[in-house]
Amino acid sequence: MLRFILKRLGLALLVALTVSFISFSLLYLSGDPAIAMAGESANAEDVAAIRELYGFDRPMLVQYGDWLWSALQLDFGQSYYFRLPVADLIAERLSVTMTLGVCGIVFALVTAVPLGVIAAIRPNSLIDRLALFLSVAGQAMPSFWFGLILIVVFAIQLGVLPASGADSWRHFILPTIVLGYYAMPAIMRLTRAGMLEVLSADYIRTARAKGASESKVLFKHALRNAIIPVVSLAAVQMGFMLGGSIVVESVFALHGAGYLAWESIGRNDLPTVQALILVFALFYIVFTFLADVMNAWLDPRMRSS
Amino acid sequence: MVAAGAGWADKANDTLRAAFTKELESVDSYFNSAREGVVLQRAIWDGLIYADPQTGEYTGNLATDWEWIDDTTLELKLREGVTFHDGSAFNADDVVYTVNFVADESNGAVTQRNVNWMESAEKIDDFTVRINTREPFPAALEYLSGPVSIYPSDYYEEVGPSGMGLEPVGTGPYKVVSVEPGKRFVLEKNENYFDGPKGQPSIGNIDIRTIPDVNTQIAEIFSGQLDLIWQVPSDQAERLEQMDQFTVANESTMRVGYLAMDAAGRSGEDNPFTKIEVRKAVNHAINRQELVDELLKGKSIPVHTACFPSQFGCSQEVTEYEYDPEKAKELLAEAGYPDGFTTEFYAYRDREYAEAITSYLNAIGITTDFKMLQYSALRDLNMKGEVPISFQTWGSFSVNDASAMVSQFFKHGELDDARDDEVLEELNIADSSTDPAVREEHYRNALQRIADQAFWAPMFSYNTNYVFTDEVSYTPTADEVLRFHTMSWN
Repeated sequence: MLRFILKRLGLALLVALTVSFISFSLLYLSGDPAIAMAGESANAEDVAAIRELYGFDRPMLVQYGDWLWSALQLDFGQSYYFRLPVADLIAERLSVTMTLGVCGIVFALVTAVPLGVIAAIRPNSLIDRLALFLSVAGQAMPSFWFGLILIVVFAIQLGVLPASGADSWRHFILPTIVLGYYAMPAIMRLTRAGMLEVLSADYIRTARAKGASESKVLFKHALRNAIIPVVSLAAVQMGFMLGGSIVVESVFALHGAGYLAWESIGRNDLPTVQALILVFALFYIVFTFLADVMNAWLDPRMRSS
Repeated sequence: MVAAGAGWADKANDTLRAAFTKELESVDSYFNSAREGVVLQRAIWDGLIYADPQTGEYTGNLATDWEWIDDTTLELKLREGVTFHDGSAFNADDVVYTVNFVADESNGAVTQRNVNWMESAEKIDDFTVRINTREPFPAALEYLSGPVSIYPSDYYEEVGPSGMGLEPVGTGPYKVVSVEPGKRFVLEKNENYFDGPKGQPSIGNIDIRTIPDVNTQIAEIFSGQLDLIWQVPSDQAERLEQMDQFTVANESTMRVGYLAMDAAGRSGEDNPFTKIEVRKAVNHAINRQELVDELLKGKSIPVHTACFPSQFGCSQEVTEYEYDPEKAKELLAEAGYPDGFTTEFYAYRDREYAEAITSYLNAIGITTDFKMLQYSALRDLNMKGEVPISFQTWGSFSVNDASAMVSQFFKHGELDDARDDEVLEELNIADSSTDPAVREEHYRNALQRIADQAFWAPMFSYNTNYVFTDEVSYTPTADEVLRFHTMSWN
């Protein structure tokens, strides 16, 4: 197991490094950062001064090396836009996104897994059809639209929940539902499919034949195996939620990291975008790594593969 | 926690809740170039001079009297007895420090144009200062009443722009309770505000949240969590107005939309826009009134000059090109394009306006390869002279002087696609004379030449919709500055 973990860890680091280099170089292809910084009112001299001041005139590899070295010390420079340390800015925004992401994935898991299991136990039943309907609706509805519907119902009509902001836990209820509902269908269908497959497997029949109770068959034997792909999927979804909750953060004015990334790209705020890409990539990598380890623990055969 | 509590406040708690759409970079007014920044600037700080937003007339603000000693030296007498929000007393040192700091390019004030006309400031005595301009600069009073706000010298020296952005200190009608960068700004009435031309603020607290989605802003005003929103798109404002729950006020802004054309042939000698007939054809092709009526609505007006009509020197006595597609086609034929031609067409904002404009061009045979770019990317191409025709806008920083627009684009700078010596000469005289009559005459000449040569196709002015609850009383002004100190409860 230790060897497996070390191997995966090495791979993860390599991926992180590659992502950081690609993101660093891609951003320089999107236009002259000095012009973006100088803003709408600058003239050629302003731009030249900025280019020199921020070192954009140096070779790109040198700039990357400097950036990486500072980044390793958790110094991501100053946001061009906010003129504040990027590390502080991201730490603050990330707390909102993390809260939202964790709530969202928990919401998705606690609704999707039981629904998927029940749907698998009773295929073609009413509850199976309901689950199918929910999953189709979840994938078909754009998040911004669903978010606005919830705002209209719960904030305007009923007046029971706030429409925007992040002042209290109540502010997170609607965004959690929107974000979680987006991740729910895939998890549910995967759970259902996995359970259906496992339930027809020989060892389940054997377990039943040996007189194991139905709950033991379902939860100890079947779910443990059916859940393996769900763990991987949930990890990817979690990574996606942290980086991709732009729409939800925008609709509910949550000012999280996803929205910050989106806005920073538009503002050509290079240090912020570079740091965020790296942070998001690290999240994906860490979650995938954790999912691998968890799967290896759930299914020992994976350790050797 | 103050901010969290204020979220549920209302008129009963004397808190006005407003929304910004854009994440404002820094509250330090010299380190942002956003409209939202101007709004906060007018609330937190004061300028030396005050311009009446209705009449444009200048009166004293932090200065009480002023006098040009010579063409480049302005002497100002300062108001006594004014204190900053941190309790320190205002005097000549604050003016000298602020001016010398922002006028020094290496300190990196974002909007250089607002400050780089000043060379330095010097103290004569505790309440007398002189501001030295680099060159004769007749628009000085306009800038001193607008973007040049006065900071407390000791505090600014200590904390610098980033500290000022987080904990701003000024003399203005409102002082800052808290700043959450880009997210929330909480202000409270300055109880010690001096009796100046801005008047005493009426509303006790202002709570501004940044809510990027306009639909969410509207939901919040419906659910009673906001009292005021602005920059509401015209179709939504129309619907809100029909509901009779809100006051919808529409006011013009100084932003002008225009087509810039590469008359100087920077994007290639064979570029059709080097021909005056083609530029005139473009001017005739577009129905400005229809654009205003159908798309911009409100107080927008068709514009025929390379400036905003209320600006000093923005003469309206210029050649106007009426909407006449047939004439436009004839002009194209005259220029040697009887079947029209294909050109790249660039834009960076207001896609729907830009697309409407291209459809007019298509109708007379100019086929457009439409390219929507980020502002910085378009700017980059512009500076390299690679843009044959583009839809651009300019807001003049609310500076009510023609130099803030026409002189930005026609003095052979890197964004000047006309490069016309005659215009340059006229603008040089107008920009540097201190005699208003001389200035008016030469701006008129320059604008007339620009119109005659059809270097641009000016399009229309913009407008803003303000939506507020019936509890709020406010009259917006044409310079698009939200003035909290003139708001009151009904």
